[in-house]
Amino acid sequence: MTTKGTVKGIIANLVTVAVDGPVAQNEICYISLDGTRLMAEVIKVTGDNVFVQVFESTRGLKVGNLVEFTGHMLEVTLGPGLLSRNYDGLQNDLDKLTGVFLKRGEYNFPLDEEKLWAFKPLAKVGDKVQAASWLGEVDENHQSHKIMVPFVMQGEYTIKSIVAAGEYKIKDTIAVITDEEGNDHNINMIQKWPVKKAITAYTEKPRPFKLLETGVRIIDTLNPIVEGGTGFIPGAFGTGKTVLQHAISKQAEADIVIMAACGERANEVVEIFMEFPKLEDPHTGRKLMERTIIIANTSNMPVASREASVYTAMTIAEYYRSMGLRVLLMADSTSRWAQALREMSNRMEELPGQDAFPMDLSAIIGTFYSRAGYVYLNNGSTGSITFIGTVSPAGGNLKEPVTEGTKKAARCFYALEQSRADRKRYPAVNPIESYSKYIEYPEFEDYINTKVEGNWIKKVNEMKTLLQRGKEVQEQINILGDDGVPVNYHETFWKSEVIDFVILQQDAFDKVDAVCPLERQEFMLNLVMDICKHDYDFDNFLNVMDYFKKIINICKQMNYSEFHSEQFEKYLKELKTVLAEKQIKTEK
Amino acid sequence: MATKAFQKIYTKITAITKATCSLKADGIGNDELATIDGKLAQVVKIMGNDITLQVFEGTEGIPTNAEVIFLGKTPSLKVSDQLAGRFFNAFGSPIDGGPEVEGVEVEIGGPSVNPVRRKQPSELIATGIAGIDLNNTLVSGQKIPFFADPNQPYNQVMANVALRAEADKIILGGMGLTNDDYLYFKNVFNNAGVLDRIVSFVNTTENPPVERLLIPDMALTAAEYFAVEKNEKVLVLLTDMTLYADALAIVSNRMDQIPSKDSMPGSLYSDLAKIYEKAVQFPEGGSITIIAVTTLSGGDITHAIPDNTGYITEGQLYLRYDSDIGKVIVDPFRSLSRLKQLVAGKKTREDHPQVMNAAVRLYADAANAKTKLENGFDLTDYDERSLAFAKDYSDKILAIDVNINTTQMLDIAWELFAKHFKPEEVNIRQSLVEKYWKQTSYE
Ligand SMILES: Nc1ncnc2c1ncn2[C@@H]1O[C@H](COP(=O)(O)OP(=O)(O)OP(=O)(O)O)[C@@H](O)[C@H]1O
Ligand SMILES: [Mg+2]
Repeated sequence: MTTKGTVKGIIANLVTVAVDGPVAQNEICYISLDGTRLMAEVIKVTGDNVFVQVFESTRGLKVGNLVEFTGHMLEVTLGPGLLSRNYDGLQNDLDKLTGVFLKRGEYNFPLDEEKLWAFKPLAKVGDKVQAASWLGEVDENHQSHKIMVPFVMQGEYTIKSIVAAGEYKIKDTIAVITDEEGNDHNINMIQKWPVKKAITAYTEKPRPFKLLETGVRIIDTLNPIVEGGTGFIPGAFGTGKTVLQHAISKQAEADIVIMAACGERANEVVEIFMEFPKLEDPHTGRKLMERTIIIANTSNMPVASREASVYTAMTIAEYYRSMGLRVLLMADSTSRWAQALREMSNRMEELPGQDAFPMDLSAIIGTFYSRAGYVYLNNGSTGSITFIGTVSPAGGNLKEPVTEGTKKAARCFYALEQSRADRKRYPAVNPIESYSKYIEYPEFEDYINTKVEGNWIKKVNEMKTLLQRGKEVQEQINILGDDGVPVNYHETFWKSEVIDFVILQQDAFDKVDAVCPLERQEFMLNLVMDICKHDYDFDNFLNVMDYFKKIINICKQMNYSEFHSEQFEKYLKELKTVLAEKQIKTEK
Repeated sequence: MATKAFQKIYTKITAITKATCSLKADGIGNDELATIDGKLAQVVKIMGNDITLQVFEGTEGIPTNAEVIFLGKTPSLKVSDQLAGRFFNAFGSPIDGGPEVEGVEVEIGGPSVNPVRRKQPSELIATGIAGIDLNNTLVSGQKIPFFADPNQPYNQVMANVALRAEADKIILGGMGLTNDDYLYFKNVFNNAGVLDRIVSFVNTTENPPVERLLIPDMALTAAEYFAVEKNEKVLVLLTDMTLYADALAIVSNRMDQIPSKDSMPGSLYSDLAKIYEKAVQFPEGGSITIIAVTTLSGGDITHAIPDNTGYITEGQLYLRYDSDIGKVIVDPFRSLSRLKQLVAGKKTREDHPQVMNAAVRLYADAANAKTKLENGFDLTDYDERSLAFAKDYSDKILAIDVNINTTQMLDIAWELFAKHFKPEEVNIRQSLVEKYWKQTSYE
């Protein structure tokens, strides 16, 4: 018998319920209100009093309203047909909801029950299987979507029967498997999983090492992220977090992209709705929307489901990773998730930590990031979840709990800098402060040296040193004045400006410049480093500036031209001529 | 207010604080309205039969035996075309001496638009102010605040924008307006002969501050009526949102909530987002655009109110007094319209995006030169030129008294480029330079 209860108290969306039976922490319940049912989650139990956070507005709720517990935690439904859908934080299909405005208490089934899928078995009768074993596959938007033994099934099973290749609906039984006690279990194409628990049906999680190409120079060249890696983008408002994340999601070499719009603007989600069905995946040529799932819990949607939304997204990512796919998960912004935790913790009158966030915020963030990763599945194939979250630090100050907690958890740090954004030096990633820990992994170095070219990391580090030098020299020039320093100081500074303008800066809204494939990044890095390694013949600092501005201008024109196009080659030739004018022949 | 059959009446208040009253009552809904001694109040906490209400006017003079009447409804507004041309207080009651509005009663602070039912904003809102139209183009369905010091003419600029924006309806939500500013808006709208397109909800400094909390939702409920039912382009002006947030802080402090940064409630982000996210472009043509004012204290934008606002709105417009030209300008550095790329170069001339970025970059060079000058260093020829450019640019483009169309703005920008720079110094795509570079070139 399921547990029932009645409402005893209400403060905003925190509701106290008196119950008549057992309830579990994080159990889902429904509160009846004027014919609708409001979904809520148990967040604390004291005696017979159960505190639940309601995923909806509690307007009009009264003492005595009935509550029904479901016996399970917040779950998502996993199966073919998740791709290309737009869900809210609780996995309701937004396109299935009627009306212009969201009605509270309206929930729906996230998949299509009637659609026929062309199933092909991958296992045969008599095979021993366990949770996450691949039983068969269907074609979902041109990708192999594996039908797996549900993750909740423990122990070993033997396949008793499996259907022949053919068309089936998600709720049709496609296999019967027998457990060690001899009980049969019918398996269809869908399964459920509680979002707050990690799916760990893999054998090993090694250190990730394969570059995940994003087409963004300041990431791939300077601070690369890897398949199965983690990164975060902190930045004050307007510094370019969302634009950078959108750019990555459009261009990254991933099989599946999941975007969790967590407490951010609805118009930004609409932008994805508009663009992704039209834009092409630069790697496969298919429409971007085909590989994308959007979890939209925008800032005006209920706060509690905002908290759930990142978990919903992560669980769907884990599901696809178990199929041996490369999943890219983006959450914008994880600070809104942390704020949702804070609102609830304050209402529960818990002892507050720094800035009134819950005490265990850092641990919660850490646990969440640790769900990403590169894994070996039980059958030896690999899969990955690369996770990049944005952080919106209060007042733009990185010394705040969410940034600090995330810094401990994520391996790549893309710090957006206000002054770079103000000067329109986009993407405003601070080239000195930002880092990728992966660059230090020997296995990554081996990989990148074969993928790009030998000595790549060395070259990149040389460039970083030049940037650092440029910054130091600039400070000296600012203190001592233009003619208070030797002319070669200006040369050093302007070389770092060439790197800044040509490599670091990238116009996300220019058709050509937006995506820079690795091959082109290699070409440009070599070109720019070649410029920087030479000495030049200047007799006063004014000429230095004029000369390098000319060079920057030509290189920028190259960035705006199709790689190796006639135009591109024309600028390259022009560049060579200009360089020949002043370059001193001996290379340093 | 006359009592009706379904209303529950109580006369025994058990606790009174500065902002709240508590009493024992049954069958009360969360967020329900009541009157206490004739003052409007709203249920904010229910524990068994202990009900806590927030009294909008404050609790001064409320006796423990005051009459408490529960109204069986949450705050609402009667909407119809009769709203047009009228002035109301925070409760939606007329303050212009006119009759009560007849219409359909709708709850304020209603549900959000399903994101998949939104349309992407794409209609340019021309204001004639080049600091806005050129550098920070506004789009219908956008939400954007002015960040301004209290002594800057933000209400005047906002009134100008509103009048030039060609909106079907302009809805003014005034929070803590001085009486003078209230009369200013009234006069401007009156003189422009547009009163019939205006609806105003006004809380002045003479009204209790907590009442302000209702203003944005009142204004936006009216806006939704015109945008959804009538497919109209509605422009909502909210001034001053800082005073709104202050009222939120007052209430949450009095309810013993743990404050987060700058004594603001931890829910400030969500509270503000619920308001600003009402900005929307509907597929049927109606739209709600929100232009707000957030006054800064000492220019500090890291304070929780502007900071949270910046994270919610689609950009912000900074006003700054430029002593070089003696005028107020729209500061090109910190101002930003996030939606400008939806229209810039698409609804305007192709060179718009590159010209606007180049001009701001050159303006930044001038700022560097200025720093050099202040530090007592010699200026280079380029520095001198960028300073001269900056002054022209400030005067002809950034000043808030500019009123021209975007093509004229672009032409002026190219003229200024040519007057002060060489083509390779402006970093603009070659094809555009070839097409638009003015012949009167520098050199
Ligand atoms: N790579 C880029 N190229 C050109 N413009 C950019 C780039 N990145 C950011 N911008 C500009 O900066 C604006 C703000 O960027 P974005 O919306 O990504 O900021 P954000 O950090 O997500 O802010 P918030 O925290 O408020 O959401 C964009 O609208 C765009 O005008
Ligand atoms: Mg953003």
